[in-house]
Amino acid sequence: MAALTIARLTIREAARRKLLLALAILTVIVIGLTGWGFQHLSTLTNADGSPIPASELRLAVSQVLVLVEFMFSGVLALSAVVVASPAISSELESGVALSMLARPVSRYQVILGKWLGLAALILIYVAATTTLELLVVGLATGYEPPGPVGLALYLSGEGIVIMSLALLISTRLSGMTAGVISLVLFFLAWIGGIAGAIGEVFGSHAIKNAGTISQLLLPTDALWRGSVYELEPVLYRDVLGATTERAGNPFFVQSPPSAAYLAWTVCWVVLILSIAVWSLHRREV
Amino acid sequence: MAAAVAASPPASADEAAVRTLELTKHYGAAVALSGLTMVVPRGEVFGFLGPNGSGKTTAVKLLLGLSRPTGGEAWVLGRPAGDRGTRSRVGYLPELFRYQGWLSAVEVLRLHCRLAGIAHDEWSAQISGALSTVGLTGHANAKVETFSKGMQQRLGLGVALLGHPELVILDEPTSALDPVGRADTRTIIRNLRDRGCAVFLNSHLLGEVEQICDRAAVVSDGRVLAIGRLDELLGRGGVRMRLTGLTDPGRAALARRGTLAEHEGWFVVNGVDADAVPELVAEVVASGARVYAVEPVRQTLEERFLALIEGDEARWRR
Repeated sequence: MAALTIARLTIREAARRKLLLALAILTVIVIGLTGWGFQHLSTLTNADGSPIPASELRLAVSQVLVLVEFMFSGVLALSAVVVASPAISSELESGVALSMLARPVSRYQVILGKWLGLAALILIYVAATTTLELLVVGLATGYEPPGPVGLALYLSGEGIVIMSLALLISTRLSGMTAGVISLVLFFLAWIGGIAGAIGEVFGSHAIKNAGTISQLLLPTDALWRGSVYELEPVLYRDVLGATTERAGNPFFVQSPPSAAYLAWTVCWVVLILSIAVWSLHRREV
Repeated sequence: MAAAVAASPPASADEAAVRTLELTKHYGAAVALSGLTMVVPRGEVFGFLGPNGSGKTTAVKLLLGLSRPTGGEAWVLGRPAGDRGTRSRVGYLPELFRYQGWLSAVEVLRLHCRLAGIAHDEWSAQISGALSTVGLTGHANAKVETFSKGMQQRLGLGVALLGHPELVILDEPTSALDPVGRADTRTIIRNLRDRGCAVFLNSHLLGEVEQICDRAAVVSDGRVLAIGRLDELLGRGGVRMRLTGLTDPGRAALARRGTLAEHEGWFVVNGVDADAVPELVAEVVASGARVYAVEPVRQTLEERFLALIEGDEARWRR
């Protein structure tokens, strides 16, 4: 099937252009540095030299781990946008698409192929970084987050969502423009999620609804919150969840996204891909 | 010669490699192609000539389904233009030829074998055949990004030859090639014709078209100005004479035989058969003129092309 050919081509391009190598080297460096940091964190003592209680230490490790994963999710989202934004437009502009689209290839196969290739790259990146980071943290501190698989799935979902959006915009606008639009929307959704959490704690329906709408329009932040949930110690959720301190804290989540919301996220991706197919189909080459 | 837009459709669309009927493309208010009607029989090399911006590439994109017409119809190999199945029987070298620079030549060809749906066991023979035809065998494993423009165009030609196409559409195929490459391309096109493949050649290089095309269409501003066999397009030729003392009856005698033009002391009569030249000379001598030289002239495609384009522009200015 042509879609699989194009998917393979997309992955091969990432490898040949040394994107995979660059990400692999940087990931190893970052994980090495954070491993060193976690190692030191686990040997900290109070100012008077007395040992820090294990529960507090676990909490500190989990919080730092959330921040580290936040960085990985940011790198993932930015990389996904940078790679997906020119995926269609650059080939149309350069003429590479001309000889390919003149072959017996449907345009839906082009979109599906690009999407499959990029999604595979995201899954590879998330699987590698999450496994390595959690292994290093486990070795350095003994801390194991409650949901490592859920964490990887939520992070992958976040990357796939923003990649799908960038791919859609790439069918009509240049890579530069598609990238900027995707990133602005990504950060807007993040702020929307924080606002929604504040609205929820303080009972402001208007702010809470604004947050909910932003999460429905672009599910990246809600999926990020899902990955935070999978990283927190269970006890911490119960303790902090009962206070107003959680309001607007983007690094604390009391409950994971609902099944209905996850179903909506799948529908959202399918919808965006369908619009991308329609958009490319209508486009004059 | 055939009049503009005078191609009659064949009895069955299946007979033609390309057939268009009033094919039209507008981009907003701009007219890219206006009422293109033509037939390209199978196994024929067809030249599609026109100045830059005349709608040649638009026509090709409409035939391949890369772009949609705003009016009219087109059939390729008996199927509506853009039909997915038909595209496996068509080879295409775009004017803007670019291939994945991070792939090697052989990988680009393999990719197109896959996309064209060519049976896997044929790939090896097809790819080595294409590479040797376009003279890139020695560069099969080199990255495309290291290729010169001419080599990339050769590769594009190789890509268009994959899968034994029944129609090959070449959009300015020699724009980046040196004289050797151009001669090679002409040989490749002739070989395609010899094995029954139709070639649709978009070009503004008239010498090239004159050398290899069976028929041609001249387009300008999205309209066909003339279409027909090359010898029909070029007309019957003429004669030029160096004369003195040409009287009015002598001038009238020349004008009766064809269209008369005077240029730097030479009188040129276009549209005269070679057989009629002795008679014409006798008439001119009888009229009292003195004849110093008589030379047959044959209009080149370039002259014919320029006459058509200039005539068209004059018509629009009126």
